[in-house]
Amino acid sequence: MIKAILIFNNHGKPRLIRFYQYFLNMQLQIKHLCTNKMAEDMQQQIIRETFHLVSKRDDNVCNFLEGGSLIGGSDYKLIYRHYATLYFVFCVDSSESELGILDLIQVFVETLDKCFENVCELDLIFHMDKVHYILQEVVMGGMVLETNMNEIVAQVELQNRMEKSEGGLSGAPARAVSAVKNMNLPEIPRNINIGDINIKVPSLSPF
Amino acid sequence: MALKIVKGSIDRMFDKNLQDLVRGIRNHKEDEAKYISTCIDEIKQELKQDNIAVKANAVCKLTYLQMLGYDVSWAAFNIVEVMSSSKFTYKRIGYLAASQCFHEGTDVIMLTTNQIRKDLSSPNQYDTGVALTGLSCFVTPDLARDLANDIMTLMSHTKPYIRKKAVLIMYKVFLKYPESLRPAFPRLKEKLEDPDPGVQSAAVNVICELARRNPKNYLSLAPLFFKLMTSSTNNWVLIKIIKLFGALTPLEPRLGKKLIEPLTNLIHSTSAMSLLYECVNTVIAVLISLSSGMPNHSASIQLCVQKLRILIEDSDQNLKYLGLLAMSKILKTHPKSVQSHKDLILQCLDDKDESIRLRALDLLYGMVSKKNLMEIVKKLMLHVDKAEGTTYRDELLTKIIDICSQSNYQYITNFEWYISILVELTRLEGTRHGHLIASQMLDVAIRVKAIRGFAVAQMATLLDNAHLLTGNTQRNGICEVLYAAAWICGEFSEHLEDPMQTLEAMLRPKVATLPGHIQAVYVQNAAKLFATVLQKHEGETDSQAAQETSQLLIDRLPLFVQSANLEVQERASCILQLVKYIQKLQQKNVEVAEEVTALFAGELNPVAPKAQKKVPIPEGLDLDAWINEPPSESESEDEKPKVVFAKEEPKHYRSRHTEVDEKELARRREVRKQEQANNPFYIKASPSSQKVYDAPGVEHIPVVQIDLSVPLKVPGMPMSDQYLKLEEERRQKEKAERKKKEKKKKREKRGKGRKADSGPESEEDITPAHQVDIVTEEMPENALPSDDDDKDPNDPHKALDIDLDKPLADSEKLPVRTHRPEVLKSPAEDRDSKSVPQETKKKSSKEKKEKKKDKEKDRKQIKPTVHWFPVQKSSKHKKKKQKKEKEEKEKKKKKRHHHHHHHGDAGGEDSVQNGTVEEEEPLPPMSNYSLLAENSYIKMVYDIQGNHQDESKVVVSVIFENKSDSFLKSMEFNVLDSLNSKLQRPEGAGPHDGLTVPFQLPPGVSNEARFVFSVQSIVMPQKLKGTLTFIVKSDESSTHEKLDFKLHFTCTSYLITTPCYSDAYAKLLESGDLKGSSLRLEGINMPFHHLLARICFHHHFSVVERIDSCASMYSRSIQGHHVCLLVKTSDQTVSIDAKCDEPSLLGNVLDEIKQTFSKC
Repeated sequence: MIKAILIFNNHGKPRLIRFYQYFLNMQLQIKHLCTNKMAEDMQQQIIRETFHLVSKRDDNVCNFLEGGSLIGGSDYKLIYRHYATLYFVFCVDSSESELGILDLIQVFVETLDKCFENVCELDLIFHMDKVHYILQEVVMGGMVLETNMNEIVAQVELQNRMEKSEGGLSGAPARAVSAVKNMNLPEIPRNINIGDINIKVPSLSPF
Repeated sequence: MALKIVKGSIDRMFDKNLQDLVRGIRNHKEDEAKYISTCIDEIKQELKQDNIAVKANAVCKLTYLQMLGYDVSWAAFNIVEVMSSSKFTYKRIGYLAASQCFHEGTDVIMLTTNQIRKDLSSPNQYDTGVALTGLSCFVTPDLARDLANDIMTLMSHTKPYIRKKAVLIMYKVFLKYPESLRPAFPRLKEKLEDPDPGVQSAAVNVICELARRNPKNYLSLAPLFFKLMTSSTNNWVLIKIIKLFGALTPLEPRLGKKLIEPLTNLIHSTSAMSLLYECVNTVIAVLISLSSGMPNHSASIQLCVQKLRILIEDSDQNLKYLGLLAMSKILKTHPKSVQSHKDLILQCLDDKDESIRLRALDLLYGMVSKKNLMEIVKKLMLHVDKAEGTTYRDELLTKIIDICSQSNYQYITNFEWYISILVELTRLEGTRHGHLIASQMLDVAIRVKAIRGFAVAQMATLLDNAHLLTGNTQRNGICEVLYAAAWICGEFSEHLEDPMQTLEAMLRPKVATLPGHIQAVYVQNAAKLFATVLQKHEGETDSQAAQETSQLLIDRLPLFVQSANLEVQERASCILQLVKYIQKLQQKNVEVAEEVTALFAGELNPVAPKAQKKVPIPEGLDLDAWINEPPSESESEDEKPKVVFAKEEPKHYRSRHTEVDEKELARRREVRKQEQANNPFYIKASPSSQKVYDAPGVEHIPVVQIDLSVPLKVPGMPMSDQYLKLEEERRQKEKAERKKKEKKKKREKRGKGRKADSGPESEEDITPAHQVDIVTEEMPENALPSDDDDKDPNDPHKALDIDLDKPLADSEKLPVRTHRPEVLKSPAEDRDSKSVPQETKKKSSKEKKEKKKDKEKDRKQIKPTVHWFPVQKSSKHKKKKQKKEKEEKEKKKKKRHHHHHHHGDAGGEDSVQNGTVEEEEPLPPMSNYSLLAENSYIKMVYDIQGNHQDESKVVVSVIFENKSDSFLKSMEFNVLDSLNSKLQRPEGAGPHDGLTVPFQLPPGVSNEARFVFSVQSIVMPQKLKGTLTFIVKSDESSTHEKLDFKLHFTCTSYLITTPCYSDAYAKLLESGDLKGSSLRLEGINMPFHHLLARICFHHHFSVVERIDSCASMYSRSIQGHHVCLLVKTSDQTVSIDAKCDEPSLLGNVLDEIKQTFSKC
């Protein structure tokens, strides 16, 4: 099982968080004592702790480490990849294959690259919802749903098409306005370089 | 109207969308929190609007804010609204938000059941997909129970996209609702062979997750998985299957033997490292399970180790890491094959990657032996010196201690060496593990008696140089060691060479800067040392020195008396008073040493960590009983003030007479001893504990004299290294001696064939340097050995430990909604039609299986299969005819394939009556909901159900439907209680307060609320008057409205459908406790099975047996009354003979049945 998927940038700013298990503070394990606010705080703490653990590692060390104290410690593993400005971290338990998950991250990022056409951090920042929809086609409820990139992209596109067809008239003015607003968007270099990702991928035959 | 829409969309153009929000946040870096709080205000406004697009946009923004750590649970209801939008775009936003912020505690989740069910059955596959994805994140036990059947249906959906999602989510459903596992499992198994690889992969995924926790229940699937493994080319599936086999082999070694070959083939052939790695892992698991070392297995182990070595030597750090990880698994069973790669592992200790170093350390832990322990620890000590960064160094430190102390110090041959290592470790700067070192020192000194002398000497040095440890404030962690040092010196002070010097060191003013708990130990142990010093000097009749010691204590202790720490203060003042008293006695030349030492006599033994928990409660001791009867309130009030004065006197009296005469003292002592002897909780230093220590076989371990003078003071070299050298020399010497002996022997045995030189010395040859009398920890007498402490009672997987091979029983069905007013399908019927494809496919194998099982099957298990066809025999003949029935059943089954598309019959929740479905037409839709009240705003329908758990409660489910164009809110439901029936109100509410309905109703929406009533007598029907008040809110106005209603509790509503077996039924009728009554219905123009279904559905009966146009039925009231019916029909006339142990209940039920049929 995958327990959580976190994407944050080099400064620890979350870009996507997806918890498949509800993590609670160990001292407040009784659920009804935990308010929603505490649960949110816990998630933020986990992000901070994970960032702290991952960010201090060099790029040439291995991509596995034991989970932080907040997420189950050594029962869980953090498996991550670092692309340009972003960290993709998967927190998994012992039933997942480490190299398999590394490959899955690769599949996910390549899918993002296809869907956003040359993905960069800005895409993730402004389209968090879309990233979620893509992720939902890869992992569901903490279990791997699909590893075939073409299949994933096809499903995502079919759904986007449906959304567009529904948008129709009522959606048009909003889109026009948003297009005007987007014109002021500062040009920020798109700097995720997918090209050199492959260097560290173990030679896995494609799924 | 059209204008309104245009206006709405123009307004919306200026609402922020997600991108605007993100941009805004990025433009307000300085006052982000303030900006977001204004945004949240805006969102709150947007959520109040009726336009669903605006709401969806707002919810989308909330999802983003949730990621930033803002609590958005306040909008949970709005999220549900967006989820229920008919447009996919908004629905998707709603479900995403729900999956991000809903959890089991979210109360609006219970409102979503119907919506999710609707989406699951949507014709649009993406609506279904989105609902499944969302549900997978927030499924609760209630949702799982209510939706399990719907999801199971989806597992056979035509689209693979839905099938694979439905299969995956079943795992979550199993976790939340374990009862669903058995009914759903056959279909899940079927999905392992789904034509779509994605669905297959999902099924493998789910079964692997299940099997990982409860492997033994899935052993029977091994052949199927074996087939998959040899045929599949999908690496992802292969990895999962191979991992699963790793979990199964420990339970079934034969499986392991079969696996070795294909796995080794895979290892040789695959190019995918991930697959290779998992294969190696599983081969290791197999080899572990095959304990006997068969010759060809050593080849496999060699292959594994060899492949792992390649991984470890790889430049990819990931492979290196995993290689080490897998190596540590081999280590447990085949340490020898790993030990030959020691060089490689020691090399990994120098790796720049900390995770790899840590893994290598783990490996070292298992690689040590008596022979190489000193050498390995020496290497580690070098690393400790080199290590930068305290975390890694601390990790090294703990590992050194772990390695040395593992399995009760098994590998330590020389404890002096170990103590020196510990002392060396105290020189580490800034470590957090001072307490760890301290506890090791204490443990070794207490448990290894032979080492005490040496330990005490070392500790005395430590105490003497305490300033080195405490000098720097940053080294605070390490000063914990002084705690151990002080205690050891005090407790074993008889071994001290110069106790006076140590005493002096312990009373230095600097000590007062140590943490309180350490000071306390110092003070206490100073007293012990004092006792030793006194005794020593008394032997020499040197009164002067003894008195000086007392004076030293009297001078120094006041410093501690002033301590802020209570413990220190108390101990210091006690001891100070004691010493002053002793000093007085000394001045009178009284010999005190013996008495002072008596204060500290006796030995402290180590106690096992769980000892306290395992003390058995002695017979006859009731821990819950009052020791003294609790005083009644009135008494205590009256008497307390008196006591204060009355008790004053005796207190004074006592304090004046402290000196009790010797005789009295002796007597009391005797009594106390007696008490202690009888007291099981008093820890005695008596023979009983003594026998625990004498571990068998300790005596014959050779005791080597320790020559202390040699190793201690070697300049320029750390002490522990000296031991290493010495040890080597010692071993050499021993070896030489042994050789000599062997030679002698050989000479003696010359004729009988020679042995070659014994080669490298084996483990057993190394004798420990001195007697390792490791004292075992104490356990209470007759403590029970139990390991149940380690299991986690909260593990959700415990509930999934379910036998999956047993045939399904009658009661095991996924709950099907019963309240919905639509065509009802019986779950059994449903399942049957779905399982047809499977049956046709595997019929032959199934038949075989069934024949095999025939013998073991008892009647209960047969039941569910029997009821597929009409029951024609009475129960008495059943057993004889079983075989025949079976054959018949097989035939019928085949026949049924042509009929399965008929959704026939089957009223209500029970299945016993679906027998005769084939020839009969379908049933018209039925609903149990009847109208409660209605006006132009709202319609209420209700149904009453008995509660299985509670014999005095019924649940009234009311569906509120908003018929108006306005918003209905603040609904309050109130009922005028009667003596017999009362609405259950929350605690603190008055008897006339209404209950707030927990939801609001937008136009056209309906929702269901449940109210619990308590009833006393159930034999009579009853009507309760009630009122519903609510606020109608339209665009411009809001009005308060009210609707009166009468709630009709029929006797039927107290009946609960309960299945009854025909033999039990016959017994019940024979018992004669039941009173009869009968009823005739004329002009009934409906098929007999419809009639039965109606009785079942509307009156909560179940069919026991049906023979042609005659049927027996059964039901039970919530208070346990049996109600039996015999229904017969002959052209349009139905006669019902009924029996019940409560005549008035029966009469009322019959009246109600009559009414039901008069309506149609």
